[in-house]
Amino acid sequence: MFDFSRRPGTLTALLIGGAVALLGPGSASAEEKGEVNIYSYRQPYLIAPITEAFEKETGIRVNTVFLAQGLEERIQAEGANSPADVIMTVDIGRLENAKQMGITQPVTDEVIERDIPAQYRDPEGHWFGLTTRSRVVYASKERVEQDTITYEELSDPKWKGRICIRSGQHVYNIGLIASMIAHHGEEATEEWLRGLKNNLARRPEGNDRNQAKGIFSGECDIAVGNTYYVGVMATNEEEPEQKEWANALKILFPNNDARGAHVNISGMAMAKNAPHPENALKFMEFATRDEAQHIYAEKNFEYPVKAGVPASDIVASWGEIHPDELPLAEIARYRKKASELVDKVGFDEGPSS
Amino acid sequence: MTPQEPLLSFRIFSWRRRGARNALGGHRLLSGLAWLVTALVLVPLVAVLVIAMGSSQGVWPHLVSTVLPHAVRTTLLLMAGVAILSSTMGVVAAWFVTNFTFPGRRFLEVALVLPFAMPLYIAAFTYIEFFDFTGPLQTAIRAAGGYTSVREYWSPEVRNLPGAIVIMSSVLYPYVYMTTRLLFLMQSVTALQVAQTLGCSRFSAFFRVAVPLARPAIAIGITLCLMETLNDIGAVDFLGIRTLTFSVYDTWLNRGSLAGAAQIATVMVGFVVVLIAAERAARGRQRYHVGRAERGRFRITLKGWRAAGAAFLCSMPPLLGIGIPGYVLLDFASRRLAKFAHPELLAAATHSVTVAAATGIVTVVAGLVLAYCARLAASRFQHAALKVALIGYAVPGTVLALGILVPLARLDNSVDAFMRATFDVSTGLLITGSAAAIVYACSVRFLGVAQGTIEAGLSKVTSHLDMAARTLGRTAQQTLFDVHVPLMKKALGAAFLLVFVDSLKELSATLLLRPFNYDTLATLVYSRASRAAYGDAAIPALLIVLVGLVPVVMLLKNAAPAAPERRGSG
Repeated sequence: MFDFSRRPGTLTALLIGGAVALLGPGSASAEEKGEVNIYSYRQPYLIAPITEAFEKETGIRVNTVFLAQGLEERIQAEGANSPADVIMTVDIGRLENAKQMGITQPVTDEVIERDIPAQYRDPEGHWFGLTTRSRVVYASKERVEQDTITYEELSDPKWKGRICIRSGQHVYNIGLIASMIAHHGEEATEEWLRGLKNNLARRPEGNDRNQAKGIFSGECDIAVGNTYYVGVMATNEEEPEQKEWANALKILFPNNDARGAHVNISGMAMAKNAPHPENALKFMEFATRDEAQHIYAEKNFEYPVKAGVPASDIVASWGEIHPDELPLAEIARYRKKASELVDKVGFDEGPSS
Repeated sequence: MTPQEPLLSFRIFSWRRRGARNALGGHRLLSGLAWLVTALVLVPLVAVLVIAMGSSQGVWPHLVSTVLPHAVRTTLLLMAGVAILSSTMGVVAAWFVTNFTFPGRRFLEVALVLPFAMPLYIAAFTYIEFFDFTGPLQTAIRAAGGYTSVREYWSPEVRNLPGAIVIMSSVLYPYVYMTTRLLFLMQSVTALQVAQTLGCSRFSAFFRVAVPLARPAIAIGITLCLMETLNDIGAVDFLGIRTLTFSVYDTWLNRGSLAGAAQIATVMVGFVVVLIAAERAARGRQRYHVGRAERGRFRITLKGWRAAGAAFLCSMPPLLGIGIPGYVLLDFASRRLAKFAHPELLAAATHSVTVAAATGIVTVVAGLVLAYCARLAASRFQHAALKVALIGYAVPGTVLALGILVPLARLDNSVDAFMRATFDVSTGLLITGSAAAIVYACSVRFLGVAQGTIEAGLSKVTSHLDMAARTLGRTAQQTLFDVHVPLMKKALGAAFLLVFVDSLKELSATLLLRPFNYDTLATLVYSRASRAAYGDAAIPALLIVLVGLVPVVMLLKNAAPAAPERRGSG
């Protein structure tokens, strides 16, 4: 090992050198021109296609940092000197939360207002959606006859022991349950949730992909999951067996004939203290263009929010979707309640039998 | 020589130290440093406490009535299970490899440490893959029985409490194995021989002599296992285990109450402090002396079924801890060989190694200062204060990271405001959002590991040497550098390597604090696994394990008391 006693100078030099090396990437001054900084809850892989296209066209360098939790808290703590320009995330709850924490700024821009439908925009301009994804029912092609379904029906005893779903506390399920509260009220939703819990084939666990796999394995006949997982499995070239899992199921858009299927959005917002607001706005406008909408949505098998931009072929093959028209901001108000109901009925403990 | 002797002389020594103020110039610097380190460790913990003082927005009635009873029970059961299983695996394996000779012993002695390089969250997802419907086990069952649906046969399910206990113990037991093995190696054979002369069988000597004498080492190992179990979110989330840490996250993220989350975390920390204090109190003022390592100690050669049994017992833990996860990772990686050449992997590996090495150096220096000052410390209060480093380990990573983020950003913003006002220059955020913040977080988290290892090493240096050095005119500081550091090279090296591997695996603080365009291997794993692309996560995961294996093997070589060592201590 190092002999500190003989050469204290070496140790000091090592420590100072190390400190400089470690501080380096952080102190790359946020004042530089020609940059835009993104804090993202979306995986780098998903946003890379549009950031790269944007860099190519404008010459503006895009810096990204991907976070799992605490993005809002980080911007809040960084305060006036925060380098964040743009926030990219999924889930309406997080967009609303960012607005309420006061870390976003309103953007009024003709292009955005023209291209993004009002139901997917904050009325005050703090955030707007880029893509939508629907929380749907995966049904076994073999064991489920019906081709339509409703969320309400999931508590029907005919499904007893046949449903798979991930943790009730996951944001995707919280969004769905919040939409049930928005439509039916708290009491009815609690009862529905109990019914659903009793119909489960197993304790909630894993992610949406595991639920799809549950259908393939015969453990459950229907599962609740987001649309895009099916696309991810259907195009997996490294593990071609996953194509079989996707092939074992059909996507049913719940309530498609009446109030519409629950959708959530991925979206973006401008940070309150954005050091490069012009570049941020350029990037935001870029993201609403037809081609950017198409690639961004295609990469994760989502639906572009801009009217007239077609979804990818795989997504289109799942059939026509009729999204729930209740404003997302309204649904987001019930998230906390939804989370409490999940605990109250002991949803994650699984079927009681 | 009576057991009291060193204790007694240490007392005289500290009395003399207080008397001889003039010789203490160096010690003041040291104790100043120790207080600085302690303060730096406390900053994030205090910040978490401050966050916890915020309004919890009425989450507690809900927590108490619906969440906590279940979460507390689950957490306690999980911890009890992990404590029992990991200590059994670690202690039994350590006993066999140090006391017996059987086929494969030399290989297994090394293999038993390898699971230490396997991050918990990766172990969890590989286990799910392995035992899943499409995994190798069930595929074999179906092929053998001609089944098609999972409903037609039974297979082990890992996504439950027993599964979590097995998975977590399988990768955490090396903490117990490493500390205990070292102690067994140093345990005087005479003690065991005396026991046997007095009529103990080898078997009962293990329970009545060897294990009780190894208690401090086992306790340290189990404490580290339990801290990891308690603060884990990755594995419990995959496995669907609703622990207290899980409640911390959903209180924060789904019920929008960071304060409520910080309050749960604070209660958890209190719980850990009680646990550690209870263990120390139970040990009381007992002293554990180990004789000097006697190399050439005879190992009993096992034959026949006994040899097979020993080989089996010692090969199970590494099989579970690195065999199964390694198999799954290699299988995924084998389909993506081309992706090993991706430049982002090299950049991420460089970042991981830089952060881990920096954390290792910082914690070794800080741990040495703390451990040495604890040795010199006169009062119980000082002793206790020097132990706060352990607490950082019990706090869930993201919460600890927030505790670092908030004060650091405040510091940066104050410096910036001052520079603007005085020199009209903006310094922006200097430390927040730099890799230095990650090193700070990892150091707070893993300082306890370094300090514990160094203290153990320091305790083996007899205090007579301190006294001799001081009598010969060395200051406390000179004694540290001239006497202790050279004698403790191995302990310092071990502390560095342990922290290095732990930092390599660290995920949640790194994710929250890192700069732009700065991936480590662990964040690459997470960003891929978080969109359920486990296959793509396999390559960086495998790299973490491979990079971690190097120090892990060095650790073992380092810890082997080689024959020449005896010269110094004889």
